Formats: sequence, C-alpha cells, structure tokens
Amino acid sequence: MQDPAGLARSLTRAGYFADEGVATAAYLALALPRPLFLEGEAGVGKTALAHALATVVGADLLRLQCYEGIDASQALYDWDFPRQLLHLRAAESAGTATGAGDADRLEHEVYSRRFLLARPLLAALETSPAVLLVDEVDRADDEFEAFLLEVLSDYTVTVPELGTVRAEVPPIVVVTSNRTREVHDALKRRCLYHWVEHPRFDREVEIVRARVPEASAALAAQVAAAVGVLRAEDLLKPPGVAETIDWTLALVALGADRLDADTATATLGAVLKYREDQLHASRLDVQKMITTAVAGG
Amino acid sequence: MVEPPGPYDAVDSLVGLAATLRSTGVQVSTDRVHAAVAALAQLDPLRRADVYWAGRLTLCGTPDDLARYDTAFAAYFGDRPGAVVRRQRLTTRQLQLVAEPGDPGSGSDGEGEAAPMVAAASTVEQLRHRDVTTMDAAEKEHLRRLLAALRLPGERRATRRLRPSLRGQVDGGRTLRAWLAAGGEPAQLRHRAPSTRPRRVVLLVDVSGSMEGYAEALLRFAHAASRRGGAHAAPSRGAADPTEVFALGTRLTRITREMALRDPDAAMAAVATALVDAGGGTRLGELLKQFLDAWGQRGTARGAVVVLLSDGWERGDATLLGEQVARLHRLAHRVVWSNPRKAAPGYAPLAAGMAAALPHVDDFVEGHSLAALEHLAAVVRGAAAGEGGATSRSTAGRSPAGRRGAPGVRGPAGPSGKEPARA
Repeated sequence: MQDPAGLARSLTRAGYFADEGVATAAYLALALPRPLFLEGEAGVGKTALAHALATVVGADLLRLQCYEGIDASQALYDWDFPRQLLHLRAAESAGTATGAGDADRLEHEVYSRRFLLARPLLAALETSPAVLLVDEVDRADDEFEAFLLEVLSDYTVTVPELGTVRAEVPPIVVVTSNRTREVHDALKRRCLYHWVEHPRFDREVEIVRARVPEASAALAAQVAAAVGVLRAEDLLKPPGVAETIDWTLALVALGADRLDADTATATLGAVLKYREDQLHASRLDVQKMITTAVAGG
Repeated sequence: MVEPPGPYDAVDSLVGLAATLRSTGVQVSTDRVHAAVAALAQLDPLRRADVYWAGRLTLCGTPDDLARYDTAFAAYFGDRPGAVVRRQRLTTRQLQLVAEPGDPGSGSDGEGEAAPMVAAASTVEQLRHRDVTTMDAAEKEHLRRLLAALRLPGERRATRRLRPSLRGQVDGGRTLRAWLAAGGEPAQLRHRAPSTRPRRVVLLVDVSGSMEGYAEALLRFAHAASRRGGAHAAPSRGAADPTEVFALGTRLTRITREMALRDPDAAMAAVATALVDAGGGTRLGELLKQFLDAWGQRGTARGAVVVLLSDGWERGDATLLGEQVARLHRLAHRVVWSNPRKAAPGYAPLAAGMAAALPHVDDFVEGHSLAALEHLAAVVRGAAAGEGGATSRSTAGRSPAGRRGAPGVRGPAGPSGKEPARA
C-alpha cells in the first residue's frame, strides 16, 4: 500500500471498489493518520468502506451506531451495576466489610476493571489494531459531538474511578454522516472530508458482480443501468448502491437471468421505498427503460 | 511514516489555493492548510490529481464547499481538473465572488454594480443585491427594541437522555454510590427519567417580490428567533437544536450560518450578501420541494416545528405546492403558516397556492405586526393555537388537544409574558 492506487487494489480484493477520491481519502487516513469524515446519500457505501478498510489492515471493526440521545454510557463505558451491587452484598454477607480501611478496599474492588463494560469508543482504544466506525454521527445530538471530539483529539479516555486509558496505537477512525444536519466545524476540521458519490455505471456493475456472484453479467449490467435511469428521475429517494444489490438479489431469488418489464415491476419494492416513487416509476415506460438500460449496458 | 513536507513551491501553491478558496467564501482555517500540506507530503506533489485531492479532502467541509473548491482550483491552477469535477452548477454569487476577490458584496453596493454579471446569468430571475439595511430608522429602532425580547423555542418533547428524578427507572450508578456511602448497606433506590428539550424550529422565509414590505421585518424576526441556539443562550432544561432558517426567493438559500452572527445588522448584511435573488417571483411549490429533497426529508424537518412565513402567492403550479405541503406535514411535527396578508380586512385564502396548502397546515396565523409575531412565537412554543387548516387534523389522526399545552387562543395575543403558562 505505497500509494492510493495500491490501497484501491487491496480494497478491491476486500470487495470494495474505490474510485480515486475514496482511495486517496482512505490512503491519507491511514498515512497521516487522521479520522476520515464521509458524507453522502444513504446507501453509497460509506459504511462498507470502513468494513473493507478493517479487512485490508487486518483490524477489528468496532462500530458505534449513533442515535438521538446517545451518551457516554452507551458510547464509551458503563459500570456493570447489577454485578457491583451483588459484589457489595456478597462482601457484606461474608462479613469482610467492617472497618474504615475495609470500606476503602471495598470501593476499590467495586470500581475495578472487571466491572467496567467497554462500549465501542473505549473498546477501540483498548484494541490494536482497530477500525472505529462512528456511523451516522448526524443522528446524535451536538453535545455528543463535543464529547466525540474530545476522545478523537488525543485518543484517551478518563474513567474517574479508575484512571486514564490511552490508545497505544490510535485506531483508524471512519465517521459517516447522511447530512441530516450540519455537523460542527470543530469536529470536521480534525478529519479528512470526503463527499461520496453514487458510483459510475461500470464500477456499479463490478460491485454488483462482486456482491451477487450468482447474477449473470448481463443481469448485473441491466440492473445497474436501470438504477442509473431511475436516479436520473425526480424521485424522493434516489436508489443507492445498497438498493442496486438488493434488487439484483431479488431478481436472482426469482430465478431471473434478464431484467424485463414484468420482473422489474414485481421487484420494484427492492429499489424504491416510497409510494410516490413507485407511482412515478409505474408511469415510466418500463419497457423503454429496459431498452435504454440494455443499450446503455 | 511521516516525510518532510514537500518542496517550497508545493507549500506556496497550497497556501495560494487556500487564499483563493477563502475569497469564494469558504472558511479555510490555518489548521486546514496545515492538514493540506501534511496530506500532500504523503502524495505526489507533481501530480495534478494528487494536489487536487490533498486540497479537497482537507480544505473543504461541506458539499457546498466542493463546487467552490473546483472553481478556486481551476482559477488558481488553470484548467479544470478533468474527470473529478462534481456536476453542480455554480450560483451567481459564487462566480461573482471569484470574479471579485476581497469584496464580498458590501451592503452599500448599488444594484447597478452587480448588474452585468447577473444580467448575463439570467433575465428571468430578477437577481438583485438587496440592501436590507435601508429600512427607515424609526421602524428599525422599534423592531430592534421589541424583537430583543422575542424567543422562539419549539414545543418540548421527551428525549432518550435520562436525568435524575424522583420517579422512573432505577438509576444503577446513583444507587450504587448511595449504597457504598452507607457502607454497603442497601439504601433507598435512586431513579431517573427521560428529560425534555425543545423541538427544532425550521423557518422558511419568503423573500419574493410580493413579500417586499415584510421580508426585512421577517428576517429580523428570524434572527431574533435563531439566537437561542447559540452558545450564549441560557441552557435551560436541555439545550435546543439550532433554529434552521431558509430563504425562499427565486431559489432556496440556507441562511442559518448568516443568522448565527450575533449583531442583527451584521447578520442582515450577511443575509443580503447571501440573497442575490430577493424580490423576484416565487415558485413556492418548487422551492419547498427543493427544501424537502435537500434538507427536510433527511431529517431537518423530521419532528420539527416548521414555520412558513409567506403570503402564499404561487407563481408556479398550486397543485405542486399542495403536494409538497402535504409531504412536509407528514415529516414535521407541526406545520405553522404565518401569512402577513391574513390580517387585511376581508381576507380569505383565495390565492391558489394558499388554498392548496391550507388543508395540510396545522396552524394558520397572521404575521403582519409584532403582536402577530409574538402570537406566532406562542404557537410555536405550543402555548397557543392558531386557526386550524380546515379538516387536516382529523385526517392526520392527530389530536390538537393532546399536542397543545393550553386551549386555543384565537387571534394575536398580548405580549408573550401574558401567554398562558405551559403545563
């Protein structure tokens, strides 16, 4: 992995087809090293890149799925309270907790590493090598961003009762966002920023063939081209790569080796997830769409 | 692994590129330039594509920056970098800023100065540099004084974040500490319960020609309303999401960033710079669709209180507007339409756009005076109700009583201090 092109080849072997921008971004994320901030439409392969990177560098992938209201106890660490309480009760009934020194010792025991539950962020600092995927950071609220910034800036976590945990080797960090809101500049500034596009036609065919090896070359090309046509339409949710793969899987499951009007209509639910979009597509000339698709393929 | 930085000309080039990028309006901080230099040191400084990506990955922060980056890169290094250009048209403002670096259109610009560029861009869109600062002094003073007291927090909603409480689920951490403090003796259980915080408020301000007399006042209202999201706002019981503000002119412009400036006049000047298109005709339905496609559906409108400040004059297809308001209604917690024309005697929502939109609007209120805006703020806070939009509530399966803190107060209420207190 001397250069972006080399990394792109390794990623291809891991099943991820990176274009020049993605390959350069990933290469710099490894070389500098710096967290990689990926934005783009849902389903363009932001999360898949983190999985592929983990495979390429032979690291464990630790995934933190963000959601509204996520806080330190779900992202960083939590104490295993039921077991701590049990331990307290056990110590008490054994009669070991009497003097003042014993109370200190007991407290020390209760707040020891074995009662600490490592959540993804702490686990990523303790694992090496590790790829940390902070998925859909835009869903978390902004307090969480500030907190994430703190962890990502020096890769240390302080547990008040226990001490500081420092990463020996900083994890490779991939942060993704669907841009439902603007993530704070302070966080972005520490990262490499890349906007992930829908792949071009030939790359999408490669992706489909790699992910759905049962599909014939002709089917993969037709599906990719048809999705390309749909993306050019004015839809509420243009289909992503994930939908292209789903559609191909659906067609393969039906035993189709070609995309025709009937099978396309029957399986449209795999690509278009809004009623308005399906109505829109049903108004399209499906046969013409296929013809265009085949001509394009 | 870290190599010494590239040759001097590479550093100079990146610094120059960053300066060009700044002149297009992208905020490039020094540490971003450092990152660019570090990135290029890992790549081949003599390869054009490598310089392009090293700069793009480090100097940009939003998709909006990308088009500006491409322009700046082309302007600084010559030709466009071939295959890697995003298919995104530049707005006139961006072109203009590249053309006139160092002069980001100060508020005192005559309309004539921008004219050649604008005329070349479009004859249909009446693109003009609006000078919002030309409001007459008495009105400005009056508004500023009264708007200072205004806030626009959304209705409160429960969050997933838990806070210590007397009721609710058992709080393991606090219970354990209490037991430890008692020397391991089982003590009283501690509890925690979800906290609440205000819903996000999204303001869509119509700045088209038909809103001429109201646009400035409404933008100032939007500024007063969006202040509370900043760091200087008192974080009472859970900080709010920042208020998002969009302007609907001949095109959709997000002006949340401009609104973040604390000084109202500075914010208005920044908005005037951002809005090259105030005063033209509006195709509300089309712009609303743009908003929903680019922002609303992704999450900006989800669960939010969305306020449309518009007279509902639709130049385009009223059916489209109806459809888009219906779509907005499905995404948002509540849709409030504030129409400054509503107060006029004998007003009926006969404008085609307004009539199409009304069935999907939860609260239909006035917006012509300060009292009306104060009433609007109370409606957004959930402390008062506006006139409902026909039968939509029952069809949407929402119970108005369940969502409002106090029963309906029709028409503009008095000063916000006298609004009924929230439950």
